[in-house]
Amino acid sequence: MAISANEVKHVASLAKLEFSDAKLQKFTGQMDQIINMVQQLSEVDTTDVPVTTTVTDAFNVMREDIAVKGTDRELLMENVPERKDGFIKVPAIIDESEEG
Amino acid sequence: MDYFTTDLTSLHEKLVNKDLSVEELTKETFKTIKDRDQQIAAFLALNEEAALKQAKELDQNGIDPANVLAGIPIAIKDNIVTKGLRTTAASKMLENFDPIYDATVMEKLAAAQMINVGKVNMDEFAMGGSTESSAFKVTKNAWDQTKVPGGSSGGSAAAVASGQVLAALGSDTGGSIRQPAAYNGIVGVKPTYGRVSRYGLIAFASSLDQIGPLTRTVKDNAYVLNAISGHDSRDFTSSDREVPDFTQGLDGDIKGMKIAVPKEYFGEGVAKDVKEAIKKAIKTFESLGATVDEVSLPHSKYGVPVYYIIASSEASSNLQRFDGIRYGFRAQDVKNLEDVYVRSRSEGFGDEVKRRIMLGTFSLSAGTYDAFFKKAAQVRTLICQDFAQVFSDYDLILGPTAPTTAYGIGDEINDPITMYMNDILTIPVNLAGLPGMSLPAGFSNGLPIGMQLIAPQFREDTMYKAGYAFEQATDFHKQVPTIGGQN
Repeated sequence: MAISANEVKHVASLAKLEFSDAKLQKFTGQMDQIINMVQQLSEVDTTDVPVTTTVTDAFNVMREDIAVKGTDRELLMENVPERKDGFIKVPAIIDESEEG
Repeated sequence: MDYFTTDLTSLHEKLVNKDLSVEELTKETFKTIKDRDQQIAAFLALNEEAALKQAKELDQNGIDPANVLAGIPIAIKDNIVTKGLRTTAASKMLENFDPIYDATVMEKLAAAQMINVGKVNMDEFAMGGSTESSAFKVTKNAWDQTKVPGGSSGGSAAAVASGQVLAALGSDTGGSIRQPAAYNGIVGVKPTYGRVSRYGLIAFASSLDQIGPLTRTVKDNAYVLNAISGHDSRDFTSSDREVPDFTQGLDGDIKGMKIAVPKEYFGEGVAKDVKEAIKKAIKTFESLGATVDEVSLPHSKYGVPVYYIIASSEASSNLQRFDGIRYGFRAQDVKNLEDVYVRSRSEGFGDEVKRRIMLGTFSLSAGTYDAFFKKAAQVRTLICQDFAQVFSDYDLILGPTAPTTAYGIGDEINDPITMYMNDILTIPVNLAGLPGMSLPAGFSNGLPIGMQLIAPQFREDTMYKAGYAFEQATDFHKQVPTIGGQN
């Protein structure tokens, strides 16, 4: 086992995901297989090999600092799931079920 | 409208000569879609009203004889945002999302007067190779409706191959244009990274993603790439290099062209029928006057693990934006803000997307970053160097597009590793930012086989020239599937 169910649970919390126990078991098995597959990279000697994170030849593209009109506020709100008085509505940040 | 016996040039001629109006063409196209798509299930949304309005305007203003694309219907992959037209990336997360702006490629298609007839199915957020991870429907292969159309641009490929449209846009992160093109017997091109603006493409892996055309013929493909290429200030990775006319130089003359065939592309995972078809294709190229040599790309076997680490890492970062707050799916009955994030993401994303977010988060997390992400990014450098070495002596690399022909619907969806290995021949091209084309090169048991051509960065012209010469020397592209008892 390259990865345990507890580690998978931890990664899920970092990724803001949750799984049922049955799903967690299935995912752990699949993650384990995938991690085993990618571990074959350890056989490649990469001493002093630089990383490649982009394949574009562009570097620090600059533009003129000119003010342009922003997107209309109403338009920006178009796809908001819940709104009130021109604001985005979200649940309380503090858990209401907790004593406080 | 019978798109099986026509191409862009012949259709354009009919429109110019007024043998056919744009409105008639558009109406006929929707009629064909409504008929054939009952079997194929490629479309997620039709753009009928806007398309007919645009068609009438074009008829009133007249077709520009110099613009081959004017009035021609095109289908758009559903991860390309279209203003006011539902764009879901085939995810429950974006089930009700109506974009407030157009992707740059949509502005360019509009400027070229092409008509967007609708949005086509794909794997959820372009993650997959069979279009089965779509949250909405299972698209069928045009040649055999028990087979997958490939993916992630499966809807784009199936719509073109089943004669519903002449052209479609797809996107390719690890083979998502080329593999479905191969499975459906059509031409699919992933341009050089930076050739086409990614502005308005719902991001999967930003250092790999590229938009490109799927068509029935090489020349049609070149016309569409002409229209969508070019620098865009809204995507700073888009290149400001001059865009040549890709239809120039399609003359069938490839005498003296130097073609390299990597021996790794004929490994044990590649099926016998596929190997045989590609070997025959090599003979065709030789008979056309090209020289073909065997070469080695020694690090290509590491392409799959490198890709799954890099693409998943970038995806885990890109998909953080889906938090249920400003747009997209929001879970109901939540207690607090944290709950909105976790429940919206857990209920809104499908399993394949979650697997990749998890692998990416794991690869980037403290304690694993060096052994996973950094290691993969270093091996990526070696893969790029392999290609550079070969291209110092050769014009083009040739091989199969996919290890097999299309597999059965439901066959692989439960086995991620087998599914990931299908991408072994297309992935290295994305990692190195090269242009790649898949074009029809044979059949096995009634299913198409795709050949892949790979060129140096920004040398799509070489790829089109060779592809066109091969197409003219063969008749694979003239064969059509049987749809609804007709062909």
